[in-house]
Amino acid sequence: MSWVLLRDLLSGVNKYSTGIGRIWVAVVFLFRLLVYVAAAENIWKHEHDEFECNIKQPGCENVCFDHFFPVSHIRLWALQLIMVSTPSLLVVFHVAYRENREKHHNQKLYKNPGKTDGGLLCTYLISLILKTGLEIFFLVLFYKLYNGFKIPRLVKCNIKPCPNTVDCYISKPTEKMIFLYFLVATSCLCIVLNVSELSYLVFKYSIKCYLKRHVKNEQ
Amino acid sequence: MDWGALHTILGGVNKHSTSIGKIWLTVLFIFRIMILVVAAEKVWGDEQDDFVCNTLQPGCKNVCYDHFFPISHIRLWALQLIFVSTPALLVAMHVAYRRHEKKRQFRKGDQKCEFKDIEEIRKQRFRIEGSLWWTYTSSIFFRLIFEAVFMYAFYFMYDGFRMPRLMKCNAWPCPNTVDCFVSRPTEKTVFTIFMIAVSSICILLNVAELCYLLTRFFLRRSKKAGNSKQQPNHENKEETKQNEMNELISDSCQNTVIGFSS
Repeated sequence: MSWVLLRDLLSGVNKYSTGIGRIWVAVVFLFRLLVYVAAAENIWKHEHDEFECNIKQPGCENVCFDHFFPVSHIRLWALQLIMVSTPSLLVVFHVAYRENREKHHNQKLYKNPGKTDGGLLCTYLISLILKTGLEIFFLVLFYKLYNGFKIPRLVKCNIKPCPNTVDCYISKPTEKMIFLYFLVATSCLCIVLNVSELSYLVFKYSIKCYLKRHVKNEQ
Repeated sequence: MDWGALHTILGGVNKHSTSIGKIWLTVLFIFRIMILVVAAEKVWGDEQDDFVCNTLQPGCKNVCYDHFFPISHIRLWALQLIFVSTPALLVAMHVAYRRHEKKRQFRKGDQKCEFKDIEEIRKQRFRIEGSLWWTYTSSIFFRLIFEAVFMYAFYFMYDGFRMPRLMKCNAWPCPNTVDCFVSRPTEKTVFTIFMIAVSSICILLNVAELCYLLTRFFLRRSKKAGNSKQQPNHENKEETKQNEMNELISDSCQNTVIGFSS
């Protein structure tokens, strides 16, 4: 069980996407998933071992690490990737439902089960809205949990059993910050792609509806 | 999800590349990605654990490591490889768009469409001309820019391509100037020089490909201008023969197997 599953699922979605949707899939694969697996995971690998406090008091380091990193950046990143890719499955399920219906009734109910029209268009739009919402949610979560997108070199910790205010040092803060900014930039890019795709689809189908009505009135 | 997925994506573009493009792709996968995954990652694997400073002051090692290595060599290379591979996607998207248009024509039953079935459209190899030429040339141009930017960033961040054995660190909370020792400096220098050398080879290949495409473009234009003045039939036959030869050359290169998986 690994990211390969997500990759295969998304490849399946690619078939029913618009051009912008395919760009979105490419951005998620290359700039988010591949960067995560090939580079980012290793930076956060030993974050707990390398987190060092200027004190010998047992338990102080553990407690301070837990206080400053309730959920590690890398885990949030992984959750974000999974959550943001999942709404696309709604489209895949809907197409599968259509194909199943056709099989069940043994007749051609749809001109092309994979074409985005009618109910499938609604599902596609809902998946876009969900994707965008989840991206924004995770960005806000990152911002709130870590007081912005900064990773300081030094944090001061005052929690029991630390006897006084103790200096604790985070490992590789600059490298972590660079990759955090990269994550934020790619998230924003994905939000822009989703919003443009949404506007494009809404615009395209409103024009279609308007023209149909116009033609009917003329007839 | 690993570099193998990138190989699958770029392998599709390989069919529509020039011969130099195919050589570039082979160099990228064998001498850069494979070396990165199989060897370089292990050399840099223990870099912070084995980075030792001559002090017991807690936090001094962390701070000094962060000061001297804002971003690790291995991560920079991984980013460079991802960015350098991405422009090829522009070509893949353009080819996919052309295929989509041809499929639409075929389905409409267009008389102009010369294919017998959809499978033929899927397997068709597009020639690099027209708008695809522009997309392909821009992708090479972007590749060059990314390679150059990353090489410069590397040089700028690490003051050259050598890994020193000893670094003197003065950052707080280190009490005084402290000696810090990097693990495996010679091995890291060797790999750094190797990766830089292969980057330079890739830059040269890209420049050669760009020159080849531009030369081909201008030659075609001058032939077309010549054609319009002379008899069309004779020139067309020669051009067709040359085109066939070019296709044979590039088709023979297509049979090169890039065997890579990790």
